[in-house]
Amino acid sequence: MTAIGTTTAAGAPRLPGWVRYEVTAFAVVTALGLIGYLVFPFDLALLTRIIAVTFLVLSLDLVTGYAGVVTLGQAAIFGVAAYAVGNACLAGITDPVMLLGVGIIAGALMGLVSGVLISRFSALPQLVISIAFGQLVAALANKLAQFTGGSDGLAGFAPSAVLGVFEFDIFGRTSFGFSLVVLAVVLALLLRFVQSPFGLMCRGIRDDALRARMIGTAVYPRLIVMYGVSGAVAGVGGALSAINVGVVSLHSVSFEMSAEALVMLVVGGAGHLLGAVFGSILFQIFGHFVGSTNPFHWMTIVGGTLILITLFAPKGLYSAFASAMAKFRKSRVSQ
Amino acid sequence: MSALLQLDDVSMSFGGLKVTQEVSFTLQTGDRVGLIGPNGAGKTTLVNLVTGNLNPSSGRILLQGEDVTHTGISHRVRHGLVRTFQITRLFQTLSVADNVALALLQRKGLAMGFLSSATQRPEIRDEWTRILQVTGLESRAYDPVSVLAYGEQRLVEIAMALALKPKVLLLDEPAAGIPHEETHRVLDAIAALPADIAVLMIEHDIDLVFRFASRVLVLANGKLICDGTPDTVAANDEVRSAYLGSYANDRRSA
Ligand SMILES: Nc1ncnc2c1ncn2[C@@H]1O[C@H](COP(=O)(O)OP(=O)(O)OP(=O)(O)O)[C@@H](O)[C@H]1O
Ligand SMILES: [Mg+2]
Repeated sequence: MTAIGTTTAAGAPRLPGWVRYEVTAFAVVTALGLIGYLVFPFDLALLTRIIAVTFLVLSLDLVTGYAGVVTLGQAAIFGVAAYAVGNACLAGITDPVMLLGVGIIAGALMGLVSGVLISRFSALPQLVISIAFGQLVAALANKLAQFTGGSDGLAGFAPSAVLGVFEFDIFGRTSFGFSLVVLAVVLALLLRFVQSPFGLMCRGIRDDALRARMIGTAVYPRLIVMYGVSGAVAGVGGALSAINVGVVSLHSVSFEMSAEALVMLVVGGAGHLLGAVFGSILFQIFGHFVGSTNPFHWMTIVGGTLILITLFAPKGLYSAFASAMAKFRKSRVSQ
Repeated sequence: MSALLQLDDVSMSFGGLKVTQEVSFTLQTGDRVGLIGPNGAGKTTLVNLVTGNLNPSSGRILLQGEDVTHTGISHRVRHGLVRTFQITRLFQTLSVADNVALALLQRKGLAMGFLSSATQRPEIRDEWTRILQVTGLESRAYDPVSVLAYGEQRLVEIAMALALKPKVLLLDEPAAGIPHEETHRVLDAIAALPADIAVLMIEHDIDLVFRFASRVLVLANGKLICDGTPDTVAANDEVRSAYLGSYANDRRSA
């Protein structure tokens, strides 16, 4: 199993093509949701926060893992979408599904802008531009306090009931359920998307952009489109974080947020959607435990763990796990 | 009718080194041309100039009558100008089928599909299956290119070129690295191409060139020193001295 949804060696899909990705996505999200609920029944807010950030990591996986654009400015997209949703809610759009739409549109637009800027370059200049872009957006967010609340954060908005039925409750059950459903839907779409001609072309560009040109592909426009899709996914995360928390802070557009997302992706396994999901969950759960006992140790332990992972599982935990599974299966077959 | 490909006095240098000097030739419908010349003669550079990987310092390149001297790489590919690389350039993490499928999707204008499966669309699947049969790669369809032997990777280069249905095909040492008993696959694949396209093959194996080509171009020190039938080329003194005399002397003094 290299990636869920790729064709097997025999070329035969394991499930009928038209439900394969949906079944995978819903099974994974349901299982993760159940485990989360059983382990943290009184801290659904933590789980909900993890899910919102998972969208950011997924969006980063699309541009970095699947298209080879390395960026440290992805949180700018996430944060701007969150601010857009907060402002829309203050302006009277309180329906959560509508707000999700606002987040997607804001994220997609921000994604296109960052794509135009960042994917124009490659290698080190690309990384520098992405940092500059992120810092610019963060500085603007700080300055434009009438839209962002500045360093106090944007607060005081309250979304209405989901589908007019499920009110947001103080235990965070609605937030948790709503976020899980959205995650399942987006994950199913993305599993499909990365196997599509467009997704495959992006992986080709990642492998060798000149080769992609030599089969007639206009690389730059493709990367911009990929950035738009990625932005929409980050926008979902930003929207969920605004809807669920009711506050948008400067942290959501910060460099730290972008950097952490990249770390989560590398830990989980860039170039695998499930790797992004697992990396996001593991990193944040880990951070929750260690960080709540001692913030200093948190940084030390994160640093240490990262070094271990890059040494022993350079392609991320997901790839390490997948190849261990493959070996295990092979050894059973040969017995 | 205009030539499929026409070069007018194309020149280029790396620093002070004149690697391409006023090269002119045309490729017509149905041409099977060999391009030979000693190591470092500028053959690969010439291909790079034609495809847009490098820009000439002077001269013109016409593709089916259109001046493409200053157009981008992908534009020329979409207009039927396809090459293979002397040192393979493939999508290393993708499977053989995916490599070929990408070329097919791009050619057919299907590369912008967002939710359909890339490789399993019937019309795409049938075609890459056929191309992999022609190139003898069927059994490797689902293997990542990175695990293939170098000779097999060379064949993937050719498979991708076939998938692009070229009008002008430039092959840069397609048989280099392919075990001798397998080189027939390259010739078979080329023989299976439509007769009306033009093929130019760079090759050091003179046997292979003479089996394939009805016309041979000889490049030495960036200059085109001979353009004629294999027999005239074989009998040409300048060619002989380029290969034996000056070239050998250069090598010894280097
Ligand atoms: N990027 C480059 N920068 C500087 N010089 C180069 C570059 N590429 C090629 N050259 C030089 O240009 C000359 C022509 O090189 P080219 O690769 O075109 O030769 P070739 O005929 O394809 O040789 P071979 O048969 O070895 O493939 C050589 O002297 C080479 O050293
Ligand atoms: Mg060469």
